[in-house]
Amino acid sequence: MNSTNKSKVIYTILAWTISGMIFFPILWTMITSFKTESEAISATPSLFMFEWTLENYKDVLARSPYFDHFMNSVIISLGSSLLGLLIAIPAAWSMAFVQTKRTKNLLMWMLSTKMLPPVGVLIPIYLLFRDFGLLDTRLGLVIVMTLINLPIMVWMLYTYFREIPHEILEAARMDGAGIKEEIFHVLLPIALPGIASTLLLNVILAWNEAFWTLILTAANAAPLTAFIASYSSPEGLFYAKLSAASVMAVVPILILGWFSQKQLVRGLSFGAVK
Amino acid sequence: MATTQSRTLAKMMLFPSVTLLLAWMIVPLCMTLYFSFLDYNLLMPGDNEYIGFLNYEFFLTDPAFIESFFNTLLLVGGVLFITICGGIGLAILLDQAIWGRNYVRIMVLAPFFVMPTVSALVWKNMFMNPVNGLFAHLAEFFGATPIDFFAQIPLLSIIIIVSWQWLPFAALILLTAIQSLDREQLEAADLDGAGPFSKFIYIVLPHLSRAVTAVILIETIFLLSIFAEILVTTSGGPGYSSTNITYLIYTQSLLQFDVGGGSAGGIVAVIIANIVAIFLMRLIGKNLEG
Repeated sequence: MNSTNKSKVIYTILAWTISGMIFFPILWTMITSFKTESEAISATPSLFMFEWTLENYKDVLARSPYFDHFMNSVIISLGSSLLGLLIAIPAAWSMAFVQTKRTKNLLMWMLSTKMLPPVGVLIPIYLLFRDFGLLDTRLGLVIVMTLINLPIMVWMLYTYFREIPHEILEAARMDGAGIKEEIFHVLLPIALPGIASTLLLNVILAWNEAFWTLILTAANAAPLTAFIASYSSPEGLFYAKLSAASVMAVVPILILGWFSQKQLVRGLSFGAVK
Repeated sequence: MATTQSRTLAKMMLFPSVTLLLAWMIVPLCMTLYFSFLDYNLLMPGDNEYIGFLNYEFFLTDPAFIESFFNTLLLVGGVLFITICGGIGLAILLDQAIWGRNYVRIMVLAPFFVMPTVSALVWKNMFMNPVNGLFAHLAEFFGATPIDFFAQIPLLSIIIIVSWQWLPFAALILLTAIQSLDREQLEAADLDGAGPFSKFIYIVLPHLSRAVTAVILIETIFLLSIFAEILVTTSGGPGYSSTNITYLIYTQSLLQFDVGGGSAGGIVAVIIANIVAIFLMRLIGKNLEG
């Protein structure tokens, strides 16, 4: 074995060990979700040698309005991301194609709104929501989520649109394309991957948001973040059920997340790292 | 190509975003500012008199504020330290030639996609519980006394949980940055007889400075507002030992219904965030140009 291969073996073992440790809490939750409650707290915990059961999943689905909360999560994250796209696309577009001296400042200002701590606006938002009857409604949360993720959406779309060559537009115009053809037949097809990535990342961010969802919802509009939080008051033995509820809340977004690795870097680093 | 017409169109396209963000920022912020000068409690309906800076005086001289201010610094600083050191290490490791790199990447990245309430509850119950947690079982196995994490080291426990959530993010950003490193530079250093340590200090680290800046900026924004992890694990306790400023203002506003005091706290939090933001925006502004 030569030295390159030797170091490859060492690095591989090291990398798998460390990443296994990082992933372990998730794996452990998945395994526990198939155990009985008494096995879940056993003093000699077992990785695979136990009786696998689906009882916890049945229990969580039967005893709690799990599906309602799941749908709330879907509606809130997807709704706010789509609404956000509708508002962000024109803004990002105009900044990418009609650059002015103020574009950079405007982008920085949008970034700065993301730095406003939520507690700075907590009381007014809570009182306004109460007065307008928006507390514990999906609409209310869609509005808040759209606004808090708007800066990220504009930034991300801007970095994608900026990479579209201007010459394409000019060529289309030379061929006599009107503004409508220009948008729908030339720009949109090129920009679509960027738009899809932005949508994906924002669905993930909104799905996992856990400040406003916990504060502005109760029984009706609570998404999964708030539903899972209700497991924080222990009622006897509940590890296996907590695990089952957690797995169902996390797995869909985990799968989406693995698809969006690259976009994540671009979106969350505000274009500083590509 | 920017004709007057297209300039007007561009302005119109910008209008909704700018107006909405402006409204989202200015209107509630002005209301918070206004409330912070009133004697306003939802439990005691009155005429909400103007009381000047009294709310600020109470908030800033409250020992709970001092404690939660330092807790906030420790929480943000601790998580930044762990995730950036760990992230650089992981990034370098994942950049090596290894078998199954894609699987390793997927495993490392996973915690970032776990919602905060889930990760906090999983760690709290299944790992850190002093009786039934995995750490307690491990300690007993080795004959040690299990640590009661949330009673003995509440803030550190939260730092551990939050670091687990943010380590993947730091690692991923830094890995992306490391992969853009010019390999020829490293080979040249090799020829000059540079060891791995000096290559790291003089080539890798300077190359990563921009990405590290980005990680610090983004994580700080999110870490200043840690909330769910505290709510479902310690509720800020014991005493105020794991309360950060965000959580303190939440208890004051929505559990004690003290609108005036909570608003004063909110303004203080905005000022603190602004100090951090100005410092960090300058860094990222420079980096964006370079």
